Amino acid sequence: MTPWKHGLLWSAVAVLCAWTLVPIYLLALGAFGGRAIVSEWPKPFLPVGLSLDTLGAFLAIDGVWQATWVSVQAAGICMVLALLLGMPAGYALARFRFAGAGSYRLLILMTRAFPVAILALPLTVSFIRLGLYDTPFGVALLHAVLAVPFATLVCASLFQGIPAELEEAAWVFGCSRLTGFLRVVLPLALPGIAAASIFAFVLSWNEVFAASVLTVRHRTLTAYLLSVLSESPLHVQFAGGLILIVPSVIFIFLVRRRLFAMWGIGNR
Amino acid sequence: MASIIIDRIQKSFGPVRALEEIHLEVHDGEFLALLGPSGCGKTTLLRIIAGLERQSGGRVLIGGRDVSALPPRKRGLAMVFQNYAVFPHLTVADNIAFGLRMAGADKARMRRQVERAAALLHIEPLLARYPAQLSGGQRQRVAVARALAVEPAVLLMDEPLSNLDALLRLEMRAELKAVLAAAGTTTIYVTHDQTEAMGLADRIAVMHGGVIEQIGDAPEIYHRPRTRFVGGFVGSPPMNFLTLPVREGEVALGGLTLRTPTTAPEVVLGLRAEDLRPAAPQEGFPFELRVAEPLGSHLLLTGSTAGQLLRVVVPHADGALPAPGQVLHLRPDPARLNWMDAASGVALETRA
Repeated sequence: MTPWKHGLLWSAVAVLCAWTLVPIYLLALGAFGGRAIVSEWPKPFLPVGLSLDTLGAFLAIDGVWQATWVSVQAAGICMVLALLLGMPAGYALARFRFAGAGSYRLLILMTRAFPVAILALPLTVSFIRLGLYDTPFGVALLHAVLAVPFATLVCASLFQGIPAELEEAAWVFGCSRLTGFLRVVLPLALPGIAAASIFAFVLSWNEVFAASVLTVRHRTLTAYLLSVLSESPLHVQFAGGLILIVPSVIFIFLVRRRLFAMWGIGNR
Repeated sequence: MASIIIDRIQKSFGPVRALEEIHLEVHDGEFLALLGPSGCGKTTLLRIIAGLERQSGGRVLIGGRDVSALPPRKRGLAMVFQNYAVFPHLTVADNIAFGLRMAGADKARMRRQVERAAALLHIEPLLARYPAQLSGGQRQRVAVARALAVEPAVLLMDEPLSNLDALLRLEMRAELKAVLAAAGTTTIYVTHDQTEAMGLADRIAVMHGGVIEQIGDAPEIYHRPRTRFVGGFVGSPPMNFLTLPVREGEVALGGLTLRTPTTAPEVVLGLRAEDLRPAAPQEGFPFELRVAEPLGSHLLLTGSTAGQLLRVVVPHADGALPAPGQVLHLRPDPARLNWMDAASGVALETRA
């Protein structure tokens, strides 16, 4: 590589990093720096006079921990539902040839084009009737609608990547279709499935619109922050924002390699 | 150990007939090769026996038991796959033990069987490794060991050597023969490689277009092909076929007059390349040489007789190669003439 190209590459890397890191940095600055830094301009580049006071204050707000617990429940249930429905559907797409498989695949993709708002508002009515309104399970159901198509397609491509011969070998050597799946297909697909499930978790964790509509008292963290923090001082909002992105960043970091594999970008 | 009976097995994929009423019996402890070109239905037949494919009609009996409707795991068989199908997430030892573990064998038996199978295929030092750390030949050994470890009644092999390079294939072939002879398992071996079939099998079933054209031992298949296809598919070079006019039950070939068992106006004479010998002009037929290729101890001559292609293999003593364009005279071994119906290509009974 010529020095010139080298420079170009690194500047591109720098721009990309800045694109994601600067907002996070400013968020962190606001969260740790307190009231003064948030309104200061120009911002001090180096953090001075940091304290955990604001974060502490934020975590002391009534209902933050309860909302976090609701979020964890909703995201957990969403993840489980996405796997329970996505894995069999993905297996069917990967292993069986049936009439309409192609259009089924397309239809799954199309559900992602369906606006959450149109889904959430009528569901509110039904959920109230069914007693699911304002429960983590209700939120999880709706988030599962968003996560299942994704999980299905990812599982289908994961299973497709596992040679059918391996499964046939399992059958010949004593497995039924189910035990063959559990003993051979699942272990081989497990890393990808773990990545897909974390993705479903994060998707539910981050979703705010449907969660706001479907809950009043038992809000998820995102919905809660949206309603509470709009009236809070700016630096507390910063603290809330920082705490919200932390789990997502950690999860994505943990499964980063798998995400690349999942999306078909070779990474060995 | 068990015998296998394939009783009128048919298979259609939609409108395509892959197998036409196949009938085949494999004796207890026998090694049978299913030989044929790609697309002849041999792999489909094997998969039906394994239970990986559902037949459109007919029955499969293993050891006298009708297994037609049973899933693969209940048929008491083991299989070696073309791409080995060794489980990548298990060690070699766990791979070999897989069938036993599924059958609920106890630890001691499992260890004993794994060690025995590994010793048989000389892979003891590899037991702790994962398949990704093995070469193709080693993976193939693991696949065979996994199949033998369960002591199956029937062993099915689907082109197990076709992914190995030529030298390794030769080595594995010899070893496979020894290992399987020692195990004494009834074996069906699918291959498109006729030297593999001839070298390994007790009997060979030659398949073509969803039909078994001939079943027999290697010399029978080679010297007495039942159809023109078998003669042309088996042997290198393939059998020569001369289409000749028949006059009053006799065929004139150069200076020779041969009796033929047909009254049809035309007949096909099948001749193996090495069943022809140079002869004096009045005792043979003329052969116009086009190319002479030395094959070490023998000489492959390609040329024509009566305007039809003919390949001849003759012993090659030191000396000059015959020149192209030269006319030689050849005489067929009278015991090795294969007469076939010109229209159907089916062999005619020879009662000279």
